[in-house]
Amino acid sequence: MSNKRIDQNGPVALTFHVLLTAFILAPLVIVIVASFSDKDYVSMPFDGASLRWYREILETPELIQAFWLSIRLALTSATLAAAVAVPAALAIARHRFAGRDAITAFLMSPMMIPHVVLGVAFLRFFSIMGWTGSFFALVLVHALIVVPFSLRLTLAAVIGLERDAEHAARSLGASRFVAFRRILLPLIMPGVAGGWVLCFIQSFDEVTMTIFVATPGTTTLPVALYHRIAFLSDPVTTSVSAVMIVGTVLFMFALDRIVGLDKVLIGKK
Amino acid sequence: MVDASPRQRSTPWLLSLPSLLLFVGLLAVPMALTAVLSFHVFEGMRGIQTAFTLSNYIEVLTDGYYYELFLRTGLMSLGVTVICILVGVPETLILAKMRPALQGTFFVVILGPLLISVVVRTLGWQILLGRQGPVNSALLSLGIVEEPVRFLYSMVGVVIVLTHVLLPFMIVAIWSALQKLDGQVAHAARSLGAGPITTFWRVVLPQLMPGILSGAIIVFTLAASAFATPAIIGGRRVKVVTTAIYDEFLTSLNWPLGAAIAIMLLIAIVAVVLGSNRLVERRFKQVFS
Amino acid sequence: MSTMSLRGLSKTFGNFQAVNNLDLNVEGGEFLSLLGPSGCGKTTTLQMVAGFVPPTSGTVLVEGEDVTHVVPEKRDMGIVFQSYALFPHMTIAQNVGFGLEMRKMKRQALKERVDEALAMVRLSGLEDRYPNQLSGGQRQRVAIARVLAIRPRVLLLDEPMSNLDAKLRGDMHVELRALQRRLGITTILVTHDQVEAMTMSDRIAVMTGGKIAELGTPQQVYDKPVSEFAYRFLGQTNEITGEITSNDAGSAKVQVGSISLPVKVSESHQGTSIKLFVRPERLRIGAADGSAVKGKILTRLFLGGIWFYDIDSDIGPLRISAPNLGMSPAEEGETVGIEWNSGDMQVATSELANG
Repeated sequence: MSNKRIDQNGPVALTFHVLLTAFILAPLVIVIVASFSDKDYVSMPFDGASLRWYREILETPELIQAFWLSIRLALTSATLAAAVAVPAALAIARHRFAGRDAITAFLMSPMMIPHVVLGVAFLRFFSIMGWTGSFFALVLVHALIVVPFSLRLTLAAVIGLERDAEHAARSLGASRFVAFRRILLPLIMPGVAGGWVLCFIQSFDEVTMTIFVATPGTTTLPVALYHRIAFLSDPVTTSVSAVMIVGTVLFMFALDRIVGLDKVLIGKK
Repeated sequence: MVDASPRQRSTPWLLSLPSLLLFVGLLAVPMALTAVLSFHVFEGMRGIQTAFTLSNYIEVLTDGYYYELFLRTGLMSLGVTVICILVGVPETLILAKMRPALQGTFFVVILGPLLISVVVRTLGWQILLGRQGPVNSALLSLGIVEEPVRFLYSMVGVVIVLTHVLLPFMIVAIWSALQKLDGQVAHAARSLGAGPITTFWRVVLPQLMPGILSGAIIVFTLAASAFATPAIIGGRRVKVVTTAIYDEFLTSLNWPLGAAIAIMLLIAIVAVVLGSNRLVERRFKQVFS
Repeated sequence: MSTMSLRGLSKTFGNFQAVNNLDLNVEGGEFLSLLGPSGCGKTTTLQMVAGFVPPTSGTVLVEGEDVTHVVPEKRDMGIVFQSYALFPHMTIAQNVGFGLEMRKMKRQALKERVDEALAMVRLSGLEDRYPNQLSGGQRQRVAIARVLAIRPRVLLLDEPMSNLDAKLRGDMHVELRALQRRLGITTILVTHDQVEAMTMSDRIAVMTGGKIAELGTPQQVYDKPVSEFAYRFLGQTNEITGEITSNDAGSAKVQVGSISLPVKVSESHQGTSIKLFVRPERLRIGAADGSAVKGKILTRLFLGGIWFYDIDSDIGPLRISAPNLGMSPAEEGETVGIEWNSGDMQVATSELANG
């Protein structure tokens, strides 16, 4: 009888794992492979490899514009979200006050509301306010839908922190503000930064809500891609997607180096 | 500790003020406007009227078309949820048994796609599942099917792709339940004479239930709210609530009806979330609090 | 050498009275411990002294100056926290210098003060390390150096040793006590560890239910406590219930079962039921014949330095501890006589926290 350790995966488990890994990676790999096709339509398999669809990106100004718009949008909305979520997280974590639970639920609610419903609401709101096509308005609603991510990570960072360090600083002569700036803020910075990164990604990838309020002047990259995928069979979508996949992977490596990916993805401490 | 001096009593409100302003102005007000919109009269030629009516809701609640739409969306979400549980539980347990270095790698593989736009992932599946795509070629050459399977514009395809998109959420939820589990309980069960299968059913799985249920709530609501995937993979043939709302707003331009469907979707999702949370609390409070 | 007074200090959290009308004077240079089980209000008291929790009522005076409503940073008190609360993102030198930096001290003077504080706790040479590069004992020394650097009027220690292992804790007790004596700094220690309180303190305040049940030197509170709570909380005790049969100006006879014991009580002692306390080490095992009180040894425990005997005696179950002097101990099942000096069978006189 083999004395196999019960804490090891058997051959069935490993087969299952390999198949699942293939399932998860297949659509990403296929996009990258298909992007080298030389055909005029999206196809797999194909005969001749070429870079024509990468050249095509550079010759499609709408996509270039959409990319830069998405970047600007994600940068500003993630920053705005952090600016409002960090003080709110401090209030929620550090104070007991009437309405605390209600505020928490309110600030987390964009996670529960379907983005289609938010899209509909913003479409109506923008048309009433005359904000249709405004980049600033788009920043505001993107900030709104990513606030829960920033709030959650910042809250986890603040709650995980003993108050003793702040108290020590106070008793050593630091004012409330100095204790915040010199002690609390540096200590929660990993959580705040992780939240910012998550917000950036969420904003950059958001399509369902944005599709309702995007105008030709405020089309983000995912919205532009969606229209080309849903209504045309445009091979440039494969090369753009391949660039996005590779970009994301590189970004992930950088992130893992700097803060640790598991912190961002599963909120591990 | 409770701080109660008067100066400090206003502090939390001052700190929350910026976020509250943003949320009242850009969430509460637009949602209220949408609720109001859903009660407006709509006329095909003249658009939205100022008069109020319940007819949009009556139409949604009585017309068999909408009944079927909501039912289809619910069944689709349920199917995705069940598959995610069936795949997620074993995969999480497999991950837990891996060496730490390998574990980290596969976490990135499994969770990493969350960071890639859902449109990109759906495009990948559109290519994979095409009539002459790699999946059909493989099935044909292995002799599993006689002729190409219709994945695109079918419910099967939508469920496959949504499972791919939402599986990471299930794995994260089960993983966090697994982290709270004392690794020695499985050893204790084995030493008390339980075989591996009994140990799983009687000892491990019950302790994972809170994680599975919270994962199920997340996956179900995200599946019911998903738009890009059913729109691209399901197309016009497999209409779900979200794509119907999109069509009412941007194709038929019947905003009041679209708003009514959106409000109904929101109510349904909130009901599911609150209902399941209540269930989870009642069943597991004593054991896991 | 600052004196400190707490006058009528109270703190209520909702319906919970954490600290109840507490009065306490601490002499300049004195080392006083607040000792009690968790939830007795000792930590809340310290937090009010430090200024982190505003009292519901009462005042905190330092050298006669009312600091009740002074913000923590203006109180000039040094606190060593249970968690040490070092700033993990700063070096040891930056940690120790933080309070001086807040006091706008010039760089050179600051550096000298930091060096001096680190030398006091024997940590010179670790200035550029970060807290998580140090051992638990070293971190604690940094926490102490950090408060000594500001030369505080009062030193507050909040369970500072509870994260150290037993051996290190014993060494730190001696070292910290010596440092405190040398600097003559008024110190309040909060602890649930009675050994810690006894080895370090000039006086101990035993707290329960938000009040001080017992106040005195370590020997007073252990040998002659006035409250039943202190008898039970400090060390071990035997508790015997009896009836007063006569009280002649404080010399009473107490009937326990078939035995009548002579006990000193207050002249005004009311009622007939009474509780007697005697420490296990004040009881002695003697020969069975000739002793007024006899008992049968049920269990015998060996603890190295001492023997414990659990005895079923004429006056109820008793525990006796006897030093291990190398002689052969009494056997389980043996019937022995039990003896004590008359003053060791005592009565709690305080009304506070009795029962």
